[in-house]
Amino acid sequence: MFLILTAMIVLCASGVVSLWYGKTPGHANAIGPAGTVLGCLIGLIPAVEVLWTGQAEAFRMAWQVPFGSFHIQLDALSAFFLLPVLGLPAIAAIYGKAYLAAYSGKKNLGVSWFFYTILTASMMLVVVARNAVLFLMAWEIMSVSSFFLVCFEDEKESVRKAGWTYLVATHIGTAFLLVMFVLLAHHGPSMDFDHFSAAGMNGVSISGLIFLLAIIGFGTKAGFMPFHVWLPEAHPAAPSHVSAVMSGVMIKTGIYGIVRILTFLGHPDPWWGWVLTGIGVVSGILGVLFALAQHDLKRLLAYHSVENIGIIALGLGMGVLGMALNQPLLAVLGFAGGLLHVLNHAIFKGLLFLGAGAVLHETGERDIEKLGGLMRRMPWTGALFLLGAVAICGLPPLNGFVSEFIIYVAAFSGMGLSGISLSSIAIITALAMIGGLAAACFTKAFGVVFLGEPRTSAVMQAHEVSPAMRFSMVILGISCILIGFSGPAVISVMKSVVETVTGYQGYDIAAHLAVSLPPLKHISAAAGILLAILGVLIWLRQRLLSHRNVAQGGTWDCGYTRPNARMQYTASSFAQPLTGMFGFFLQTRQEAALPEGFFPSQSRLHTNTEDIFTRNLYRPIFRCIERFLLWLHWMQQGQVQIYILYVAVTLLLLLIWNLR
Amino acid sequence: MELWIDILIVLLILTNLKLMGSSRLSACIRVVALQGILLGILPLIAGHGQIPFRVMLLSAITIAVKGMVFPWLLLRALRTSNARREMEPFIGYSTSMLLSVGLIGLAIWMGGRLPLPVPLKSPLVVPLALFTIMTGLLAIISRRKAITQVLGYLVMENGIYAFGLTLAQKEPMLIELGTLLDVFMAVFVMGITIFHINREFDHIDTDLLTTLRD
Repeated sequence: MFLILTAMIVLCASGVVSLWYGKTPGHANAIGPAGTVLGCLIGLIPAVEVLWTGQAEAFRMAWQVPFGSFHIQLDALSAFFLLPVLGLPAIAAIYGKAYLAAYSGKKNLGVSWFFYTILTASMMLVVVARNAVLFLMAWEIMSVSSFFLVCFEDEKESVRKAGWTYLVATHIGTAFLLVMFVLLAHHGPSMDFDHFSAAGMNGVSISGLIFLLAIIGFGTKAGFMPFHVWLPEAHPAAPSHVSAVMSGVMIKTGIYGIVRILTFLGHPDPWWGWVLTGIGVVSGILGVLFALAQHDLKRLLAYHSVENIGIIALGLGMGVLGMALNQPLLAVLGFAGGLLHVLNHAIFKGLLFLGAGAVLHETGERDIEKLGGLMRRMPWTGALFLLGAVAICGLPPLNGFVSEFIIYVAAFSGMGLSGISLSSIAIITALAMIGGLAAACFTKAFGVVFLGEPRTSAVMQAHEVSPAMRFSMVILGISCILIGFSGPAVISVMKSVVETVTGYQGYDIAAHLAVSLPPLKHISAAAGILLAILGVLIWLRQRLLSHRNVAQGGTWDCGYTRPNARMQYTASSFAQPLTGMFGFFLQTRQEAALPEGFFPSQSRLHTNTEDIFTRNLYRPIFRCIERFLLWLHWMQQGQVQIYILYVAVTLLLLLIWNLR
Repeated sequence: MELWIDILIVLLILTNLKLMGSSRLSACIRVVALQGILLGILPLIAGHGQIPFRVMLLSAITIAVKGMVFPWLLLRALRTSNARREMEPFIGYSTSMLLSVGLIGLAIWMGGRLPLPVPLKSPLVVPLALFTIMTGLLAIISRRKAITQVLGYLVMENGIYAFGLTLAQKEPMLIELGTLLDVFMAVFVMGITIFHINREFDHIDTDLLTTLRD
């Protein structure tokens, strides 16, 4: 516990110091990242220790705040979430130092690093806090500091708008959480988490309500559809290392919240599992479909976050269903798969956002249609982005596969059990569909951005990013491979985590987790063989080419004598068959002027895929609210006397009503 | 003794009505001054037997501040501001009177229902206090001039003071004096502000502040 507190203090202190040195960007840009890395490393020590031993540690201090106490605890669940919460920000900080160097002198980097360290520290506090007041405070600090990070380039209108959307969404979510905690505390003597779990929610009718509030409140942060609308706005607007942290880690605090609340609510009802599964199916499939229709690389990645949150929800749904229907095998595998995917997604989504950031840093371009041919100019970035893409598609032998596979195993084990079959079929179908569509989407993203020829001159002049940025990406890439190959070992680590969540005894869990081990071992072995064959082939190629002249030339050019870069396959045309097939959901708007006559003439095509929930759900609601508020404008007369009249009449009516 | 208290209370209610019904600013200021003096006398005759020194001190300060210092300050502000010496009400005098009568009824009804910690010497004290507070609010709401706002504020404070009197035996003098000091500062500041608003804009009509809204 001492180390956890030290880590928070180091983070906050380095933030304040870099804020102090804001006017000298060199200092700020050195102290901020250094402090982050140091603080995170200190914090990781106890996390790993707790995961290893499974022994929870606690620290409690009296606190002046009403209902509050400074009570923090590090159990296996918190420790597990601390891995991404501390790991990714540390790696992204190294990257961010190089990334922000380009802004040095134009922007106050001290401010940016201040909020970055505060964000990291507050995320830490969120996962270790054991008091509702402390938790909500940490939660708000996290939301607000990330808002300021999103608004880094506040001179752009789109960024300000994105920040505003995020701020509104996150506060609506917090409002639900506030109600939820009040309801929870209603049954216990205080706002301490200990009392929540001790209060015994079994059979209490409001536990279902609390669960729903948690789904909405935490789901807004996590990005469950239809509460995800802020994600595709905020992630592209933020600097890339911040997007990586927000998308990789911060939204996972929502998942943490849901899992933590589940531990208070006792025995779950089956419909909770169905709700989670339903949300998972919708978020997963629609998330990847919308990703497919995007032109903006970072926006595409943001929609993939929605998709992966969906996959996590599928795992959690299976786990809850297993607990509700007393099927420990399903519960263990579901939670293990879902939670492991939290870590995996943090790693590969971090890698992908850093890769996208590297592209943006070199070319200044986020529009996929204007990039191209970067593989030759940025071989490291390209290879690592490809690695991340393979991992996010859930292909073996990388880490995304391991967690998705466990969820698959859980779903297949649920087949034939009464009350679970339907969910199982839904989960299997959804996972298969998500996997296929994600593969299509990343084929598009990687193919158009990195392969082919550059489409604009800015891309032509791009070159590889600095070693610091490469270093961060390499670490994440190595983690993808390591977790992918050491699947069996990683699963055993999940034992104590699942034990905390489900409350089952240790021996059971190990036995249940073991179900997924044999196939994983086979797949790891097969993947190893595959890699070996690949190595041999590469070696053969190099050997065959070693004594010959290697020249570059055009591929088959369809008979054109002068092919140019604009004749390449575009991202939109690549995705068109799929987006056309799902046009009902996407409602893409097309503006086209098709060529007419026998000879080529001017023509153009513009497509725009807006989020259907923004357009059909939130915009009408907010317009209604706005109209109502405008209507209320008649009350604002500008005369002091009238305002006093309002106050007086209100007070008088209240008094009369009270004395009635 | 009880008769005297009731007479005093009726006089106070009449001052409130007079305030709502009169059209001249200087007359209103004098009415409020009279109300302050009457309020200062009230604790002297409301007490049991021997009058303690602190109550005497309290009423002396009240009479001095409310009956002399405030009127002097306000009359001075009126003189220097060259404002028209009429009230210029939003709500006419007769309507204000009718409203006041309605408020008296409301105050008596409330006074009967309001739970109190100590028994009172006269059942009319609480209605008087409530009515005075409401009159103050009504004066603030229905009159245009900034000076009348100050007057309304003063009357409202008088009502609160009268309310405090019902508990005067229990209440430490320090609080009473503190409130008095607050009011004194408020009136002082308002007097100065009115003077400055007048110097900037050549009038003290608050309804012209509407131009400040967005």
